[in-house]
Amino acid sequence: MMKPMESAAFAAAGNSADNADLLLLRFGEFMLKGKNRARFEKRILRHVKEMLIPYPKVQLTKDFGRIYVELNGEPAKELLGALKNVFGIASISPVKVAKSELEDILAVSAHFLAIIAPAPGTTFKVNVRRVWKDFPHGSLEMNKLVSTPLLQGYSGLIVDVNTPQLELRVEIRQAQTYIFCENISAVGGFPLGTNGKAMLLLSGGIDSPVAGWSSMRRGLEVECIHFYSYPYTSELARQKVIDLTRVLSQYAGVIKLHLVPFTEVQTSFTGIGQDNLIITLMRRAMLRIATSLAEKEEALALVTGESLGQVASQTLPSMNVIGRATLLPLLRPLVMMDKSDIVELSKKIGTYDLSILPYEDCCTLFVPKSPSTNPNLRIIDKIEATLPNYSSLLSAAVALTETLEITPYGNERPESEAGSEERMKEEWF
Amino acid sequence: MLYWDYAAAAPPYDEVMQTMEQIMKLHYANPSSLHRAGTEAGKLISRAREVCAGVLSVRPEEIFFTSGATECNNLAIKGAALQYAGRGRHIITTELEHPSVYESCLQLQKMGWEITFIPPDHTGIIDPSLLAAALRRDTVLVSVMHVNNEIGTVQPLQEIGRIIKEINPRTLFHVDGVQGIGTFVSSLQEWGADLYSLSPHKIRGPRGVGILYVRQGITLFPLLTGGSHEGGVRAGTENVAAIVASAKALRMTNERREEYVARILPLRNHLLQFLRTVPELTVNSSDNGAPHIVHFSYPGMKGEVMARKLEELGMVVSTRSACSSKHSEPSRVLLAMGKDTATAEGGIRISFGDVHTLKDVEALEQAILRAIKDLKPAEGGRKQ
Repeated sequence: MMKPMESAAFAAAGNSADNADLLLLRFGEFMLKGKNRARFEKRILRHVKEMLIPYPKVQLTKDFGRIYVELNGEPAKELLGALKNVFGIASISPVKVAKSELEDILAVSAHFLAIIAPAPGTTFKVNVRRVWKDFPHGSLEMNKLVSTPLLQGYSGLIVDVNTPQLELRVEIRQAQTYIFCENISAVGGFPLGTNGKAMLLLSGGIDSPVAGWSSMRRGLEVECIHFYSYPYTSELARQKVIDLTRVLSQYAGVIKLHLVPFTEVQTSFTGIGQDNLIITLMRRAMLRIATSLAEKEEALALVTGESLGQVASQTLPSMNVIGRATLLPLLRPLVMMDKSDIVELSKKIGTYDLSILPYEDCCTLFVPKSPSTNPNLRIIDKIEATLPNYSSLLSAAVALTETLEITPYGNERPESEAGSEERMKEEWF
Repeated sequence: MLYWDYAAAAPPYDEVMQTMEQIMKLHYANPSSLHRAGTEAGKLISRAREVCAGVLSVRPEEIFFTSGATECNNLAIKGAALQYAGRGRHIITTELEHPSVYESCLQLQKMGWEITFIPPDHTGIIDPSLLAAALRRDTVLVSVMHVNNEIGTVQPLQEIGRIIKEINPRTLFHVDGVQGIGTFVSSLQEWGADLYSLSPHKIRGPRGVGILYVRQGITLFPLLTGGSHEGGVRAGTENVAAIVASAKALRMTNERREEYVARILPLRNHLLQFLRTVPELTVNSSDNGAPHIVHFSYPGMKGEVMARKLEELGMVVSTRSACSSKHSEPSRVLLAMGKDTATAEGGIRISFGDVHTLKDVEALEQAILRAIKDLKPAEGGRKQ
């Protein structure tokens, strides 16, 4: 299995993480949300704890708007990589800890600067905050006391109190003093699941996983729905979607994946002599099935990876006709994004390499030469009304849907593949 | 009969053989086939890749399976040279290398590449400053082995890697890790290695598989074409059973390494100490060399004669690397270390394995004394 946050290439920390004792996590915009704040903080703390399960020595402390992660020897950079992806965290600072005594603060500051090893000519400033008012030296006095020996030791530093490249921040608290300089921006957004639940239509392409991640970042809990058309699509295509969900689960801990057998529904559209409308009909059927699943799972919206104008089914007239198939809010996080930006994001999230694997999904099958970019709602309604057994085909698909709970390190597989465990024994490795 | 040639080939673990047998029975399908049996065979290879990557602390996508370390070394060197010919046509390697590295370089030399062969010092170590002096803007690749297969010296890879990246960050660094993996930690990150070759059958895995690490971002020009196997780098139907069993052997060896080294190091030291007391012999290995290889010479007595005599006395030993021991020329590696021809012709390699005990080592020592006694009359005879 891929290590979670390695694939999510939000990597690259500055030097200050090299010898950090502690990571300071700051919360993002949800701090403004008055009454809900406690609930949000609780959720974020739970998420942080989940991410830190592989690092048992770590200790967590929650403070107003912050979480302190004491490393106790666990690798700072790895943790930094993982925690940057926790939704709701706006920034992280790697911190050196000193005793709240002048001498120790000076010694640790000097050591800290040695780790950072600023290049000559770096502009510099010391910013001391005395939170613990009983500390004998005031903030302004401390600025001088800390900066003077540092500037003597590093003749290449240039003082600039307005826009320094390097701002050494010292926070004096009663228990201990925090020294840090980097403010590494994290993923931000809302704590996972604090804005409710939605169903994501996951195709296996580049867009839909990105739409899922964007929704999760906005505090939505996401369950994935995938439509497969065996034997027209291969098991590899379905496995690819399982693997994609697994990458997403690295951001969420666990994600439900609903695998919907779509062959019957899809083939029922092929005999009606309206090939250019097949995609429209298919997309509407998918939305209907997804809506039924949403009701079952008590989700309040559908999420798709649609981006305006990208393909025939994503023109405005198509979106209009297709979107009418559901009464649930249809969220399209990528609707106004350029493809290149979506690709960029999918690389960062770690889904890109999987997405570009060349297995056909059910949408690329039966694709007519010229799918309609401007379908007529009346005609579509009429076709659906006259299709034999249309609604029972849909409800059969819902009934035969198989649900998997995908976890980052799991090896979940559909029931139809059960027994393959016996054919692949872990003891062989 | 006691087998002292683990560095040439080690008997597979029982578990490795069981894995081979079961997979050959169950998973005969071709991993490239579309049907489910094929897909399952493909998954076994993916899992094997993950296991190998885990042992080496690298990404699964960076692991490639070949037919053996010889192919790994050929692919790493010629594949990199051909792919990056635009960066230059200069390669640096050492005079200590295994023939699969050495001769790949000679082959490139014939095709117009310039090769610098760095000589070792008299103890068999490469001086990094010689390498620094040889590095140039057009140096495409440096290839240095981890542990020498003949005398067991360990090269300062971290220092070498640092120097390479300092002088020319675009120069690729290949490490032939075949003899190191069983007894040393592979610190690919610390070495700055871009390419790294392994041979499972030296660590009690099956024959017929090589493991090549290729750092992400590096492309190798394929030497074998004819399919998109192994990411297009190496065509040929995958040897599923042996690949899975290789992953197993690598994992098992890795898990047992510390305990294994702790056990055989005293044995090696015992043998080294003994050999130094025998006036007829010259010890070519050093105390800070690999724990599983001891090499000595009986100057004036051809290595193969000594080896046959020892076999008669129930001790299976080797003259040098198995890939070159059928030539009767003096050892290239020993000559490069500045040894005279008599010493270079009279080399014997003892390599340890899991089974050996102190009693075995003492028996070997007695056999060596006996062999010398028997061969003494013919000593120097080859000069006539």
